[in-house]
Amino acid sequence: MLNRSIAACFAVASFVVSPVQASEVEVLHWWTSGGEAKSVASLKASLDKRGVAWKDFAVAGGGGENAMTVLKSRAVSGNPPTAAQIKGPDIQEWGELGFLASIDDVAKKNNWDGVLPGVVSDVMKYKGKYVAAPVNVHRVNWLWANPEVFRKAGASIPTTWADFMVQAKKIQDAGYIALAHGGQAWQDNTVFEAVVLGVGGAEYYQKAFVDLDMTALNSSTTDEVFKVFGELRQFIDANAPGRDWNVATSMVINGEAAMQIMGDWAKGEFAVAGKNAGTDFVCVAAPGTSDGFTFNVDSFAFFSQKDINKQNAQKAMAEEILGTNFQEVFNLNKGSIPARLGMARTKFDSCAHDSMNAFVSTAQSGGLVPSFAHGMAVPGAVAGAITDVATNYFNSKTSPAEGKAQLVAAIQAAM
Amino acid sequence: MWLPKIILAPTTVAMVVCMYGFILWTGALSFTKSRMLPQWDFVGFLQYDKLFANPRWDVALSNLVVFGILFICISLVIGLALAIFLDQKIKAEGLIRTIYLYPMAVSFVVTGTAWKWILNPGLGIEKLVRDFGFTDFEFRWLVDQEMAIYTIVIAAVWQSSGFVMAMFLAGLRGVDDSLVKAAKIDGASAWQSYWYVILPILRPVFFSAVVILSHIAIKSFDLVQALTGGGPGYASDLPANFMYTFAFNRAQMGIGAASAMIMLFGVLAILVPYLYSELRGSNRG
Repeated sequence: MLNRSIAACFAVASFVVSPVQASEVEVLHWWTSGGEAKSVASLKASLDKRGVAWKDFAVAGGGGENAMTVLKSRAVSGNPPTAAQIKGPDIQEWGELGFLASIDDVAKKNNWDGVLPGVVSDVMKYKGKYVAAPVNVHRVNWLWANPEVFRKAGASIPTTWADFMVQAKKIQDAGYIALAHGGQAWQDNTVFEAVVLGVGGAEYYQKAFVDLDMTALNSSTTDEVFKVFGELRQFIDANAPGRDWNVATSMVINGEAAMQIMGDWAKGEFAVAGKNAGTDFVCVAAPGTSDGFTFNVDSFAFFSQKDINKQNAQKAMAEEILGTNFQEVFNLNKGSIPARLGMARTKFDSCAHDSMNAFVSTAQSGGLVPSFAHGMAVPGAVAGAITDVATNYFNSKTSPAEGKAQLVAAIQAAM
Repeated sequence: MWLPKIILAPTTVAMVVCMYGFILWTGALSFTKSRMLPQWDFVGFLQYDKLFANPRWDVALSNLVVFGILFICISLVIGLALAIFLDQKIKAEGLIRTIYLYPMAVSFVVTGTAWKWILNPGLGIEKLVRDFGFTDFEFRWLVDQEMAIYTIVIAAVWQSSGFVMAMFLAGLRGVDDSLVKAAKIDGASAWQSYWYVILPILRPVFFSAVVILSHIAIKSFDLVQALTGGGPGYASDLPANFMYTFAFNRAQMGIGAASAMIMLFGVLAILVPYLYSELRGSNRG
């Protein structure tokens, strides 16, 4: 309450001081690296055309952790930015705290329900009203492969986990690292997620890791998941712990390693190294997941504003974000695909085309599931508990049965 | 008369608010169900229950015990040994002293990063020895879940033992020469005069060193973050890393606050007996 009244005082004060304020959006984000910064600049340019000034509020680093800390302090002191880069269940969390503004009228006017797949628009709504706008869709369950290494080792690119073990063995015997991996908790969890989807299928994934259904988690499928996940330990080199994901990608690029399991942001690394999709590197769905799609959607959530000018600016921004122009430019730079369905595809590469096809087909088949390793599926506490179990299991000699027991216990404790 | 009080007042206010005020605030938070932001719904000891049910907290606490004991003991032994050797009126003492003290001048982040490279099997010691021709040599503590915490001990000891040496050296210089000479006349060997005469005189230095080292141990955060990132898995987490992860990355402020309170009690458990003995000592003296 106190915060609100302080905020009101500030709002009144600022209104008195500068009654004629041109409309302006202040946007908190952490897209500061090359391609990302370019994408943000394009949004700024298109808002400029509509007479909305852009006030950049970039807080770099730490996968957004620093930015979140700043955002919390700004929100608590009653002075939140117009919009902030928030995603997944965090949107619900902010909505529950009463900070978010409804942009439902913009959504209705532009038919967002029609152009967004249901699973994506659900994430953007709080109590049935849009409070956030999606900018992109990352597919997380990708396998990046160096075909040259496969040729030299006489191996073929695996499409099931059983086949993966056979091919990886061949690659290892030929003197290459089979699986390039960085032993950081989130990367362990990314691989774990691919195994869950590949071994258990989308239905099991949804039940066990999104709905947190105890029967599914306690089923024998979970044993099988941990068994396969454990077998992967042998295909990783000893230096993996602590390695950054892009260093692991460069091992595939250099031909030191054959494969990496990583989301489509890895494509940017191949592009920077001057490699072409299809010839120098291959992108295929992670083993057993060709009919599945774990999505990671970045979005901007909108904070309640008192000033009518700011509200209008906010709505203009929401409209621009889902505009075809921004969706195309942004995603070409970021390596992801547009959240909006039915856009022109000519400028995107073959990996992006695969991703778009899979996005459409899995949205219909039910194979489109939120990524739990990237904070899309479950609240932070549960996601953290899953991460802990996955990384602890992967870095130890724990048996599948113990891994399953730990997972069930950790999820129950975190719920 | 009033001047000292006026000059001290701002500092006192700042201390009371920023230290004790926030300690109380964190304490209160640990009894609420706060997640992303502080919320004032009180839930009793629920967060403490959750904390102690968390296997990661168990790992962090037992790591702190292992790390704390080894770090303090080894730093004391090495620091004392270096001080005694340096006190033998050797040549170039100033230079050697500076060399040993130098690690103290770099931050734990630098220490952690340097040791990360030294201990990495593909870059550091293991590769070096293998390149010398011992191709079966293995030294993989950094990437081994069971051993990772010991790499943190190594780096922390490297950083702090020079400082402990400087403390002991100052203490040794303060020992009255006549006492040592008297011991010599009574026929004590060098070993005996150290053990029975000099070390007991250094008792206050031991105390100060232990207190300083233990609070370094409890608040260790940057070293872990830079050296292992808490990994492999979460095998080398310390309570401070746990607290940061839960309070700031995972939106579980209640559990974070609870773990911070437990850390506070850890510090108090060391400080209170120390202060008690110090104050009693000064009253007596």
